[in-house]
Order: sequence, then structure tokens, then C-alpha cells
Amino acid sequence: MTAASIHIRSFLQEGTRFIAGALHFLKGTGMKSEPVLSTLEMKGIVKRFPGVLANDGVDFDVRAGEIHALLGENGAGKSTLMKVLYGMYSPDEGQILINGKPVTLRSPLDAISHGIGMIHQHFMLVPTLTVAENVALGLSSSRRIVLDLDRVTEKVHELSEAYRLRVDPSEEVWRLSVGEQQRVEILKALYRGADLLILDEPTAVLTPQDVDELFNTLRTMSEEGHSLVFISHKLPEVLRLSARATVLRDGRVAGSVMTNAVSQADLACMMVGREVLLRIDHPDVERGDVRLMLDGVHADGDRGFPSLCGIDLEVHAGEILGIAGVSGNGQRELAEVIAGTRSISAGTVTLNGEDMTQWSTHRRLEAGIAHIPEERMVDGAVQEFSVEENLILKNHGHAPYSRGIFMNFKAIAAMADRLIQRYDIKTPSRQTQIGSLSGGNMQKLILAREISRNPDVLIAAQPTRGLDIGATEFVHQQIVAQRADGTAILLISEDLDEVLSLSDRIAVMYEGSVVGVVDRKSATANEVGRMMAGGGCEAAGARSLAPVSEPSAG
Amino acid sequence: MILNQLLRKYLSVSRLQSVLILLGILAAAFAIGGVVVAALGASPMEALSELFNGAFGNKHAIANTLVKACPLLFVALGICVSFRAGVFNIGGEGQLVTGALAAAAVAFAIPGWPTWLVLVLSLAAGTMAGAIWAGIAGWLKVRFNVSEILSTIMLNYIATLGMVYLLSGPMNDPAHALSGRFMPETARLAIELPRLAPTRLHLGVAIAVVLAVLVYVFLWRTTIGYRIRVVGKSLRASEAAGINPRRYMILAMVLSGALIGFGGAIELIGVQHRLITEGSAVYFTGSAGFNGIVVALFGQLHPLGAIPASLLFGALLTGGARIQRALQVPSALIGAITGLIALLVVGTDYVRRRRARQRADTELLRTPPPNCVSQGEGEER
Ligand SMILES: Nc1ncnc2c1ncn2[C@@H]1O[C@H](COP(=O)(O)OP(=O)(O)OP(=O)(O)O)[C@@H](O)[C@H]1O
Ligand SMILES: [Mg+2]
Repeated sequence: MTAASIHIRSFLQEGTRFIAGALHFLKGTGMKSEPVLSTLEMKGIVKRFPGVLANDGVDFDVRAGEIHALLGENGAGKSTLMKVLYGMYSPDEGQILINGKPVTLRSPLDAISHGIGMIHQHFMLVPTLTVAENVALGLSSSRRIVLDLDRVTEKVHELSEAYRLRVDPSEEVWRLSVGEQQRVEILKALYRGADLLILDEPTAVLTPQDVDELFNTLRTMSEEGHSLVFISHKLPEVLRLSARATVLRDGRVAGSVMTNAVSQADLACMMVGREVLLRIDHPDVERGDVRLMLDGVHADGDRGFPSLCGIDLEVHAGEILGIAGVSGNGQRELAEVIAGTRSISAGTVTLNGEDMTQWSTHRRLEAGIAHIPEERMVDGAVQEFSVEENLILKNHGHAPYSRGIFMNFKAIAAMADRLIQRYDIKTPSRQTQIGSLSGGNMQKLILAREISRNPDVLIAAQPTRGLDIGATEFVHQQIVAQRADGTAILLISEDLDEVLSLSDRIAVMYEGSVVGVVDRKSATANEVGRMMAGGGCEAAGARSLAPVSEPSAG
Repeated sequence: MILNQLLRKYLSVSRLQSVLILLGILAAAFAIGGVVVAALGASPMEALSELFNGAFGNKHAIANTLVKACPLLFVALGICVSFRAGVFNIGGEGQLVTGALAAAAVAFAIPGWPTWLVLVLSLAAGTMAGAIWAGIAGWLKVRFNVSEILSTIMLNYIATLGMVYLLSGPMNDPAHALSGRFMPETARLAIELPRLAPTRLHLGVAIAVVLAVLVYVFLWRTTIGYRIRVVGKSLRASEAAGINPRRYMILAMVLSGALIGFGGAIELIGVQHRLITEGSAVYFTGSAGFNGIVVALFGQLHPLGAIPASLLFGALLTGGARIQRALQVPSALIGAITGLIALLVVGTDYVRRRRARQRADTELLRTPPPNCVSQGEGEER
């Protein structure tokens, strides 16, 4: 990087700081000390999109200090309902009552001034600014043109103490982990005086430790009188955290229940309308030859620092190798090194005995590697393309989807309709832009594409993140079926239960190394959890393939 | 019935909306133009009727409009291909000029050959030259990460200076040397494109329309076109799908330049018959290299949309000349209106996209998708 570009960067950054200050001044509103919002009711909310009735007469209410879970299958209309509440969509019919009085929320700014805050799964932070600056970028109390950052920092500090939101106000956001970024979002909402906080699938991207911390914070908030609505597909945590749960099905309320009176199976049944198997069949499969082998693989991460430090792994045909570990310990890079979108600095990657280290992504695809990337919406899909155009992203060059250079739209349509049906993707049509599908349905589409390619090696990173329980069950079945067909599967997941119940062997990653590989039969959640925190592996029957980088136990 | 079905298929709500927006923009631009005309002391209604008569009043007017629309359409098609790949080819002027120069050079080099053969070879040479000229910018972008916006503008200058040099020296009309008179121009070409009617209307116009359909088929019905569009929308998705973005960016630039270079050759052989310069390229291109970008944007970067859009701007050009003659209102006004339309089109598009992005479901999207305006960073890996 040249000196000039550094100057330009710092100039831009200063500029942003100045703008932050100016906004701060312009939008200055007093910070609220007493709750503006104590009860909230939504009555008969109807929201239509072209070809979809997303909310169909929904009644929903939140009481002061309540933690309220909003459940439902993918595409049931949860996010839509909450976006209506946050002023992002205006309802076609229905009413919102705050403290018994009807209000019209035209924009998120309106919602904020009524004490409603929302945290999207996509964090809206400026990476090059500090935590305090990001908080100040919203609304605040200063009336001076120069940003009084010290005061903001102080206030942020107070809030983070009060609600146990561990984060350093002077740290720049790009350095923060996902969990910390989420805390900044919560701080931002608190700083703006949110009495009701909506969290859309807050736990989908968090590590188990971060989930615990988040729940502590949310409990503290509810004790202080804040109301919370949270969307989740994970029933155990719903029962753990919330007092009441409302279930949506096909845009309507299927029921609203106190959580101490119901079981997971009850909730699942309300959501899906049938009984759901919560256990997976895991038949014994004859393990075949080595399909995929990594030997001493080193690679750099996005910022140029080493993120894989000598990975040795083998995956056999008919085997699921689970990769457990706290996110950010090299799992994403591992997947990319195999898929071919990241180059390696040392070591070899072998497919069916052939060295494929130098192969292009295209060649690897053709040789039978499928990849369900972690950041599917960016790496796996083109947002502005239709459902069918996204489904042929990897196979468009093959018969019957194209002949010569001409695409065969009949065959593509038939394939798209088949996958939409088989994977139960909720979409008005195969020509709908994928960007307008619900979060879980976008995920399903990419899963459908990759699994239906019948690969030799399947890399599945967080394959069930954001999926409802029915879809999770289905994807697990598909993965197990692939295994029975002799596919070698690398299952990367932060969900320890998922890894433990699906994998034949489990490798634990920590700081770019594999700190141990344990067999399914002998693995326990505790042991794997300890290894994830950086401890080595000592249990009987376990063998360590890679040298333990830091042999300090626990 | 069929009409109804077609309408239903091709005029979705969003498309209808964009057509309405474009008409609104047009109305706004005309209204502002009308105010200026009134300020200059002429009658806006009269100006409007002169404009219409100038563009469509009789068969010669219509032919002139079509002939003016022709290079605009070629450029717009080239722009569609490159912009769809996320590469911003601003070098239409340079590619028109190199195309015409190459076509002229070939035509002069093989004087005795059969006319049809000279015609074909000379058009082919123009196409190649444009392709190479744009290909250079594409190569610089993917190889050295040089912004194509800068490099194509630089290449415009080089092409213009090259033309001035060639027309004053090596390609100067030999008749001038004998007469001792100096003009930076070539001799008149011996070849000519066939006419479609007893007017200035030449075959090139029909070729352009056919090409528009072909470009549409290419972008939306072939695997290569599909890959170009994937690359233009998301570098990361294209990489993960095994599509090499660099290859398709260069390809898009080469095709873009080929279309525009071909258009330059057509303009030379079909209309102007000799190259003349007064130090810039405008005398030859009439700024079609830039106006074509406006046309493409107005046509929503769709090859078929470019057909009516080029017709509209062709009409503005011919009608504008008539206004100047009839009402003494400077035809620069038309240039201003064209610019205004460009601003409004780009502006409303930006607003619409921002709205769409704010509205779109952004769940599970932790980093914003790379948009097509980004250059660098993402594609080098
Ligand atoms: N901006 C939009 N444009 C068009 N349709 C939309 C839009 N947003 C949502 N929809 C549709 O509305 C329905 C409900 O979507 P919503 O995002 O509310 O589901 P959800 O319950 O949040 O699902 P998930 O669990 O998958 O996130 C879906 O069928 C979706 O396709
Ligand atoms: Mg959702």
C-alpha cells in the first residue's frame, strides 16, 4: 500500500468522523430515562408482497419486561411482521397500538422515537469506526457540532457495565468478533433508548459462549423493564429464555403459549403441523477409500495473517468428518482451500489420490467437489438473479441445461421446479429474485443446488444455520443419505449437537490447527468443548493427527 | 389475446414502473428545455412542433433520424455488454475512431479488389480494431488493476491524436499533395453501403437492429452471456462458481469494443465516406461514443431497450438541428437536455436501488455483496 493511499484512507476516515459528529448534532434528541413504551399490540396485521401473503391478519402483543419468542417455519412471516413493527414495511391492513394508543410507524426513525429498536442479522456498523463512534452515528443527545466522543464513550461504558455487554468502546469495529459486533448493535439500540428490542435470529451466528452471554444480557434487560422479542429456530433456547412464545404458520398465528407449559415437541408440532423427528437415523456405512486428503496445508486469511497452520486431514468415502470449533479458528479458510477459492502457501490437497493443489475452482467443481459456503448470500448466490438462475450457477455448462453455448430453459425450468418442490423452497415462482425470499428459503435454495449435484466430496459449512426444524431435519437426512451413497463429507458446524450426532469422526480446530480428532463413539460434548477452547486431546481412543499447537490443557 | 399475454409476460409491475419513470424523466427534461426556450424568447410549443417535424416530418427527416440513431445504437449495445460485466467502458469515442481508421486503411490498401470483398474486409478490420482498443483497457484492468474508466478515457485521447496524425500524414488525401491545399482528411472511399430507400438510409441501420437482437440472445440465452452477467453482479459468487471473472471481463470488453468499432466502420462507409478532423473526434463521431452511454442507460442496459432509446436520441439530434435553423435557438440546448436526461436516469436509478437495498431482506448477510461499481480488491486473489 502506498503512502498516498494511506493518506486518502485516513482523510476519508476523518471525513466520516466529521459526518458522524454532524449527524449527532442534527439528529440530537434527548435520551429517555423512563420507558415510553410499556405495552405493545399489533392487531390484524396484513402484509402482501407480489404473489405472497406474508402476514395474514396477525395479532401479536408484548407486555412490559417480557421476553417473547416468535417462532415459525422458514417463510412463515416472522421477519416481515417485525419489520412492520420497526417501520420498515407499512402494513396493508391492521393497527399497531403502543400503550393502548394507535400509532403509525412510517420509518425506523419513527419506531425508534417510540422506543422500538431492532437488531438485524446483518449488522449495520461502519467497520473503520470505533465502537463509540458507531454508537454516536445514530441518534444522540449532543447539541454541539463537534462530537463529544468522551461523553459517548462514558455512556457506552456505563451501559455496557449495566447490561454486562463486554466490549471496548475505543476499539475499531472491524477487529471485533461477530458476538462483539452484536453487542455493539445492542448498545446502539439501548443508547437510542429502546424499550422494546427486536432480535431477528440473534443466535444463528453466535458461538455457544456468546449465546450464554447474550442471554444474560437479555435477562438483565428484561429485569430492568425492557421488553424483548426474539426470533429463533432453536427450540431449546426458546424454552430456556422466553416466557411466552407466539408461533406463526403461513402468515397466521398458530398459537401463543406460555413456555413453561409446553415441550419442544409441542412447539415443533405447532410450527410444522405434524410431528417432527428430533433424532437422526445414523446407520452404519462401510467406510471407503480416502477421497480427500490435506497434507501440511498452510494458508493466509483475508487480512494476510496465517490462518491455517499445517492442517492434516483425511476424509473417506462414506464418512462424515465433523469440524468442531469456535467460529474464526480457520474453518472458513479450510473450506475455501478445498473448494479452490483460496490459495494455499504450503502443503498439498489430494482428491481421490490425485494432487489437486494447483487446480482451478472450475476444475475442482467438475471433479465433484460441492461447497455450501458459510456466507452463502455472498459466495453462493447472486442476489439480483432469479431463483432458477441461481440454481444453475454451477451446472449451467452441462447438458441438459445447455447445448453448445445455448441455454436450455425448458430443462432449467424443469430442474428448478423439481428442486423447489423437493426442498420445499417457498417462492412465488422460479423467476422471483432470490433477494426477496425469506432468510431460510435462500439457504435452502443453495443447499438444494449443492446436494443435488451428487458430489464426491461435499463441504457443508453451517448447513442448517437459519433453517427451521423441519428443514433442518430434512437437510440432516440428505447429508446422511449422501454419506450412504459414498460421498466424503466435511461438516463444519458450530452447533456441537449437530456435529456430534451426524459425524463419524470429529476434528476440533483451534487457532488454525487441528488440535485433535476423536471418534464419534467415544466423543462427549464436554471433551470436544474443552478442546474447542484450545485444550489438547487426552481421552482414550482418541488420536491426535496434528501436533497440538499449545499443549496447555483447559 | 396474444398481445395480452405478451404484455403480461414482459410488462411486469417493476418493468411498467421503470417505463413510467423513464417517461417522467423525459417529460421533466422537455419541461426544463421548454423553460429555457421561453427564456430565450421563443415559443416552447413551436419549438416542440419544429423538433417533431425536424425528426419525423417527411421521409428524409425520418431517414436522417434513423441514420443518426445508428451509431448511438452500436455504442449502446457495446455499453450493454461491458456494463453487464461490471466493466465501465467510457471509451466509445476512441473505439469508434479506431474502427473507422482501420476500415479506411483497409479500403485504401486494396483498391482494385471486388467491391463486396473490400466492404467485408474493411468492416472486419474496423471490428477488430475496436475490439483491440477496448481489449487493452480490459487487460489493463484485470492484469494491473487499472481503472477502466481512466484507461478508456486515455485511450480516447490516444485514438484522437492518432487520427489527427494519420489524416495529416500517411492517410492524407493524395489529391491535396497535388493541389498544394492542406486539409487533415482522407480521400473519399470508393465503397459505399447499399441504401434501403432513396434517402440517406443505409443498410447499417438494419444491421444494428439485427445485432441488438443478437446481443440480447447472447446475454440472456447463452452460457457465456450468463457468466458475463454473473461476473457483473458478484465477483465472489462468480469465483465460487468456477467462473473466472478476469476472463469474462476481458471478453466483455473485447465484444463491447468490437460492436462499437463495427459501428464506427459502418458510420464511415455508410454515411461520411471520408474521415475529416479539426483536431478532435467530434467531427466524425458527433459524440456518439458518449451519448451512446446515455442511450444504453436510458434503455436500462437492455439491448432491446436500446433500440427505442437510440431512436429517441437520434430524433433529438435531428430535431434539434431544425430548431436551431427555424427558431435561432442554439442546438447546444439539445446537448444540455441529453445531459439532463442522463443525470436524471442515473439519479433515479440510484435512488431506486438504494430503496430496494434498504427494503430487501438482508438477513444472514454479514458483508455487503460486492456491487458492480467496485474495482479492484475483490477480483485479485
Ligand atoms: N421484500 C420482499 N419482497 C417480496 N417478498 C417478500 C419480501 N420479504 C419477504 N417476502 C416473502 O414473504 C414471506 C415471509 O418472509 P419472511 O422473511 O417474513 O419469513 P421468515 O418467517 O422471517 O422466514 P425465515 O425463518 O426463513 O427467515 C416469504 O415467502 C418471502 O418470500
Ligand atoms: Mg426471517
